[in-house]
Order: sequence, then structure tokens, then C-alpha cells
Amino acid sequence: MNAVAQQTNLYLEAFAQFEKATAGDGGAWLHPIRRAAIARFADLGFPTPRDEDWRFTNVAPIAGTAFRLAGEGGAVPGPEALTPFAFAGIACHRLVFVNGRYVPGLSAPGSLPAGVRVGSLAEALRADRGLLEPHLTRYADYHHDAFSALNTAFLADGAFVRIPRGQVVEAPIHLLYVSTGAKVPLVTHPRNLLVADEDSQATIVEDYVSLGEGVAFSNVVTELVVGESAVVSHYLIEREGRQAFNVSTLRSQQGRSSSVASHTVLLGGALVRNNVHPVLAGEGGDCLVNGLYLATGRQHMDNYMKVEHMGPHCGSRQFYHGILDGQSRGVFHGRIIVHKGAQKTDAKQTNRNLLLSEQAQIDTKPQLEIYADDVKCTHGATIGQINPEAIFYLRSRGIAEAAARALLLFAFAGESLQRMKVEPIREHLERLVRRWLPHGDVLEDAR
Amino acid sequence: MLEIKNLHVKVGNHEILKGVDLTVRTGEVHSIMGPNGSGKSTLAQVLAGRETYEVTAGKVTYDGKNLLEMAPEDRAREGVFMAFQYPVEIPGVSSAYFLKAGLNAIRKHRGLEELDAVDFLELVKEKIKLLEVDERLLHRSVNEGFSGGEKKRNEIFQMLVLEPRLAIMDETDSGLDIDALKTVARGVNALRSPDRAILVITHYQRMLNYIVPDAVHVLVDGRIVKSGGKELAHELEAKGYGWVEAQARAAAPAKA
Repeated sequence: MNAVAQQTNLYLEAFAQFEKATAGDGGAWLHPIRRAAIARFADLGFPTPRDEDWRFTNVAPIAGTAFRLAGEGGAVPGPEALTPFAFAGIACHRLVFVNGRYVPGLSAPGSLPAGVRVGSLAEALRADRGLLEPHLTRYADYHHDAFSALNTAFLADGAFVRIPRGQVVEAPIHLLYVSTGAKVPLVTHPRNLLVADEDSQATIVEDYVSLGEGVAFSNVVTELVVGESAVVSHYLIEREGRQAFNVSTLRSQQGRSSSVASHTVLLGGALVRNNVHPVLAGEGGDCLVNGLYLATGRQHMDNYMKVEHMGPHCGSRQFYHGILDGQSRGVFHGRIIVHKGAQKTDAKQTNRNLLLSEQAQIDTKPQLEIYADDVKCTHGATIGQINPEAIFYLRSRGIAEAAARALLLFAFAGESLQRMKVEPIREHLERLVRRWLPHGDVLEDAR
Repeated sequence: MLEIKNLHVKVGNHEILKGVDLTVRTGEVHSIMGPNGSGKSTLAQVLAGRETYEVTAGKVTYDGKNLLEMAPEDRAREGVFMAFQYPVEIPGVSSAYFLKAGLNAIRKHRGLEELDAVDFLELVKEKIKLLEVDERLLHRSVNEGFSGGEKKRNEIFQMLVLEPRLAIMDETDSGLDIDALKTVARGVNALRSPDRAILVITHYQRMLNYIVPDAVHVLVDGRIVKSGGKELAHELEAKGYGWVEAQARAAAPAKA
């Protein structure tokens, strides 16, 4: 038996214990689903590069590590440790999760419009089966995706957000997931259910951070259900430590005339897989899939997009920019599936990459599957270096070479950042990007 | 101010400049004219510090310093400015930020205080009017989506803001209609002063009606083959470059 299979057994054993431990709680109604999910995981095992969807990403470092399921009651950081992660100039509705578990003492949901729910999924599992059951586990595919299957099997906590019909939540909802690091490798399975009913609006930020060193694996699934004419902006910020693994799936289900913007910024982690899977189910929906990945050292960042057009007259735009330095490796896999009946689809996909070193690598792959006949689909990918003509132009006006490079890189990243409309969040991310860039400090007063 | 001696420049295996000699004194305006492919733009780019050109022989002295040893940004800080023939589009970098960064780098080098956003805007608004450039240009990305004429005017606008001591126009006139040409010339003339020098590189004589040079040089096949006063430009306009090229060919064997 090989190492990978042994670690698979470890998950099966952990599940048996998990099932016993959760037998008495209010979420027991989920057990049949959890059991089905772990059975699927046992069948599927971890994916390998032979699997077309994982061609460029070898998850052996995850599959071969003996992770322990993070439990309740671990040490909790003080509130001051979280200050660096707050967005200046805006009071968010904030939920904090430490090693996968909701921590009320660090959270500040704040005052919310009538009927709006922003709280932990664990609590909702106990008390709100009626609200969860129509949606939870209905969208994320645990039948074919091993990581979603694992997450579903161990589904216990995460965020539950519900915006009732017609309500607008103006301040962003900030979901902060903190890995504290431990002596043994820890795995968490954050599960988020975000439901925006008809004609509602909200901005939701998922933010993954590390405090301290230690190997941690965040295996995240988020189901985002967007009703007719609702408008949702979703942000994913990955800024965990360099020993972290993060596999994150955003599965959104969009109703008629709804609009979703998905923004992703990947900065941290050793191995990151970012799955974005919007399904434009209703007529006239619109989605923006916008992302930026910055990798260096030996980081590996894989962006797997799967945009499904089911309803007619829907628009989707994907823009992903990557900057790769050191011996890092980036992946962009952009699938667009236009189902039969999705006439008048307008789908666009652009992936642009800058390689800063000889050893950095990017694999980019568009994949269009079109089963309707009256559609417009375009895709394009570029891989290159910083334009030397532009560097010379800047230098010829007195700007130092290092500053010229930083300025051009920041401008490249800025194209992604500028699509992020919530200013305090964008400014925060701009600072993170400037800090990441070689000589980015010279840009400190860029705006 | 600028002394070029026996300058030889190669790109790959191709020798483009084959021994250029030129002296420009402070306060003077010189024009370098020549047919396409004669090496005019190469000369401008080498003076600005473009690294794709290889200097194989010769010397360039600027204000007593060895210009060829200086990085492009150091040349700019010392007062060298080239108006690009093909200005580069830089998406995502606003013209205002770009120009302020350049100006402050130059001011710092000169021991002047760096300008803040307010003072900078005040300064540029004054200059921008002279060139009839839309103020909104400052908030657009550098050269992005600019028309040919806008790009050229933007180069001259940058020049007026950065106030160089040696300004080099690399075919700034090409592709400009007569109105734009007059505007550009007005900008260049505004810069003219006893402590500056200007090098106008052009294929046509027309711009020299508005920027009247003290000296005109004809560059043919990598060498300056004829020099004269402003009337030489008119002669070239009337007769074309054929006769100087013929003279140069006739003279070449004697030199060799």
C-alpha cells in the first residue's frame, strides 16, 4: 500500500470518530450526506496529475501528510493579533474562525438589517435546518471532487450568511479564518453557505491568514446562492504562511438577472488550489471572475475556473493576472461551458502572466465547451516579461530602474485590483501587493 | 555642452553609426537631417542611453562627463531629455504619477525639494495650456490610447515639465499636421534659452521653419557628411537627399 492510500485511511478513521462526536448535535440530519461524501472520497482518493483537472498540480504533499482534524477548544489568539488583518476605514461585520471553529469572542457581527443572518454554520446546523436544507450541499459537487467530498464529510463549521429579499448590507461581511499553527499538521474544512435572496445586495470577504508557523491545510467549500436580481461581491484573500495548503472552492448558483463579482488575491500558501465555479442558471445573469496571483519561492498556485452558462442572455468575464518569481509555479485553467439553451451567451476569458525569473513557470489552458449555436466566446492568454521598452521610457524620465520595474509590476497587478470596487479593501490589498513586489516600497505613496 | 567624437554604434552585427562627430554648444539649436535608415534615431537613442545599441568606438562628453557611462535615469537627472519618436504606452500608470515620479527624482538629484501633489498640479497646469493638451490626460494611463499627435505633444509637455538642459527631438514632427507642428514648435521654443541646447532630428525641413536652427547637419549612412546653416535645410528640401548621398559616395573612397 502506498503512502497516499495510507493517509486516505487516516481520513476514514478520523471520520468514524467525527461521526461519533457529532452524533448528538443538531446537525445529525446531515449524517446521511456526510456518510455518502466520505464514501465518495474513499472511492475517489486524492486526485493525481493523470486526472485532466489536476494535470499541472500534484497534490502529493497534501495526500502524503498525516493531518489531524483540528478540534474545538484549542488556544485562541488575542484580539490584537488580528489587527493587521482589518481593513482600515471601514467597520465590517466580522466573523472570526480559529482553526476552523467560530470564535464569538473575537467576532463582531455588528448591527444588521432586519432578518439578515451573519453567524456560524455550526449554530445554524443546530437551530435552522429549515434555512439550510434547501441549499447546503446542493451545489458543491462532492460526487466527483475528492476535496469537496472531504469537506462535506467533515462539514461542521464555517459561515452562514443570509440576506433576505430586498435587503442591502452595506458594510462588507469579513470572514477571517485564522490558522494558529500547531506541532502536528492540522486540517480544517471550513464550510460556508452564503444565501442572497431576490433583490438583495452584499459584499462578502473570505480571508485566510496564519498566525505562527506550522503546517496547516484549509480545505474550503463555499456555496453562494444568489437569487433573482441580487448583487453580490465575493472576495477571497489567501495570505496564509508558506507552510500552508489551501484548496478552496467557490461554487455560486446565480438566479435570473443576478450579478456576482468574484475577486481573488493569492499571496500566501505553499500549495494553493483556487476553484471558482459559477453557474449562471437563470436568464440574463452576469458574473465577473477576477483574480490576481503572486507567487515566489517554491509556491504553487493553481486557478481552476469553471464558468457554466445554463440560462440564455448571460455574460461572464474572466480576468486573471499572475506574477511569478523564484521557482514558483502558476496554473490557470479556464473552462467555459455553454450548455444547450444558453443562447446569446457572451463569455470572455483573459489570462495574463509575467514571469520574473528563469525558473518560474506558468501553465495556462483555456477550455471552451459550447453546446449552443448563438453565442460569443473569446479567450486569450499571454505569458511574458516586463516590457523593456517601457522600463527604458520610465528611466529616460529620471525614474530609477528598480522603481520603474516596481511601477510596471504594480500597474499590471493594478488592472486586477482596480476591478475591486470596495475602496478600503482594495487599498488594503494594494498595500499587500506593494509589500510583495521587489522594491515595492518605493511605491508607498503611489496613489 | 555635448561633444560626440568618432561614434561607432552596432546593433547585432550591423554597424549603424560609422564615426559621428558633432559639437553642440550651450544655447545652440542643431538639426540633424537625413534620409530614412541613415542612423538618426540610433544617435538619439544612444544619447538617451538605450542599451540595445552597442557602442564599439568613440566618445560622448556631456558637460565634461562621459555620457556613455551613465545609466539612462542618471542622464535624465543630469538634464538630458529625448522626445521619443514612438512613445511607449504604459497601461495602469497615470501620466500624473509617472511625471511626478520623474520630476521629483530629477529635483532630488539637483538638491531641490520634492513637489507634493498640489504643487505638482499647479506646475503642470501652467505648462499643459501652452501645448493645448487636455488636462484630463494627466489622469489617463501614460500614452494609452493617445493619437499620434497627442503622443508627440505629450512628449513635449513632459519636456517642459522636466526642463532639461539638453533636449533631443527624435522625429517629433513626423506625422503631425501643421497645427500640431506649430504647437510642438511653440513648446520647443519656450524651452530655448542661453543655458540649454536642443538637437532636432528630422527627415523634413518643415519643422525648422518654426524652430530655427543655428546649425544643420546631414547624416548619411552613419556619418555626418555635410554641415551648414539653416539654409542647408532649405536646399535639402528643394533638392532631396540624393545629391548629398552622391557627394558622400564620391568622398568616401578618398577617406578610405
